[in-house]
Amino acid sequence: MSTTSPGSESGHHDPHLAHHFENAEQQADSAKLGMWIFLATELLFFSGLFCAYAMYRANHPEIFIWADQFLDKKLGGLNTVILICSSLTMAWAVRAAQLGRRRALAILLTATLVFAACFLGVKGIEYNTKWKHGLLWGKYYHPHVEGAAESGAAPVTAPPAAAPDKAAAASDGTEIPPAAEGPAGLAPANAPAHEIPASAPKNVQIFFSIYFVMTGLHGIHVIAGMIVIAWLLRRTLRGEFGDGYATPVDNVGLYWHLVDIIWIYLFPLLYLIR
Amino acid sequence: MAEAHQTTGVHVVPLKVLVAVWAGLVFLTWLTFAASRINLGSLNLWVAMGIATAKGSLVLLYFMHLRWDKRFYALVFVGTLLFVMLFVGGVLIDTTHYQSQMIPGYAPGMHGQ
Repeated sequence: MSTTSPGSESGHHDPHLAHHFENAEQQADSAKLGMWIFLATELLFFSGLFCAYAMYRANHPEIFIWADQFLDKKLGGLNTVILICSSLTMAWAVRAAQLGRRRALAILLTATLVFAACFLGVKGIEYNTKWKHGLLWGKYYHPHVEGAAESGAAPVTAPPAAAPDKAAAASDGTEIPPAAEGPAGLAPANAPAHEIPASAPKNVQIFFSIYFVMTGLHGIHVIAGMIVIAWLLRRTLRGEFGDGYATPVDNVGLYWHLVDIIWIYLFPLLYLIR
Repeated sequence: MAEAHQTTGVHVVPLKVLVAVWAGLVFLTWLTFAASRINLGSLNLWVAMGIATAKGSLVLLYFMHLRWDKRFYALVFVGTLLFVMLFVGGVLIDTTHYQSQMIPGYAPGMHGQ
């Protein structure tokens, strides 16, 4: 630690520079590359859920169209705007840190925290409404809201319809047999693709399972973001940033913007299906 | 402006650019909301995804500095996106292909074919 770094022009030791880096720029680049690789793993993490979404929507468009009417588009849109505002204050905070403006940095980090809290508050209102109406995941799906309970939810453990029996029943020509309707089964043959069905389709709980896991995992990321932003704020108030050192603010900013990007996709996919 | 005394190699995004990107994102949010109210059939999904991708690109390029940063960061991110598309695309090809074979003759889209 006592060696002076060759990269610092003035010759005095930079307290933020670890001894194994040539100079501050190399250190910042390494940290940033690590952050981008972490963001790549985050993207892959979420892609499993986007994949589940795509598969169930491809197989059961009628479930998604039906369930979408129970999501509040205005609250979803409001949350999108809140998160975009928080992204602006975060990007602005990075700018303030780069320019060494500590007071502005503290104010902007606080603003980002406030927007994040607003986002979680709106999300809480939405979750509460879903809870009251029984619009929950899997076997907890017991809707008691106007229009949702008509056919009731099929139990999630229902076995897929046995294909040979259905085919045999069809041979008398009285009815078109339904396709298998297990969670990975098929949509009714003549389901209109882009209109709300007249009655509730089966297995609507699939949509709410996907909705809660996707928005829940995103919410956990928002909470994690708030924790690290609070940590940044503490370090800012101690005067640790500025003087050319802003790497932690920069990297937390990158994380926060990724959380924003994921919501940018979740909003139309979950709230604006029709 | 005070940008002149910035440290080595760091690009400071002008405040005007940040605010313009924010305004663009809010406008695109309104646009995706408005577009969802028009019935375009199966095109609705693609319009929504196109607008979301435009918004995501704005965030990546300006808020996340990709426009000015090392190209390698963009390569890491876009490379990951390609693998995500391969993953989701592969599953979709499989599940749509499988549909018609689960119960021959009774799967959606098979009637009248």
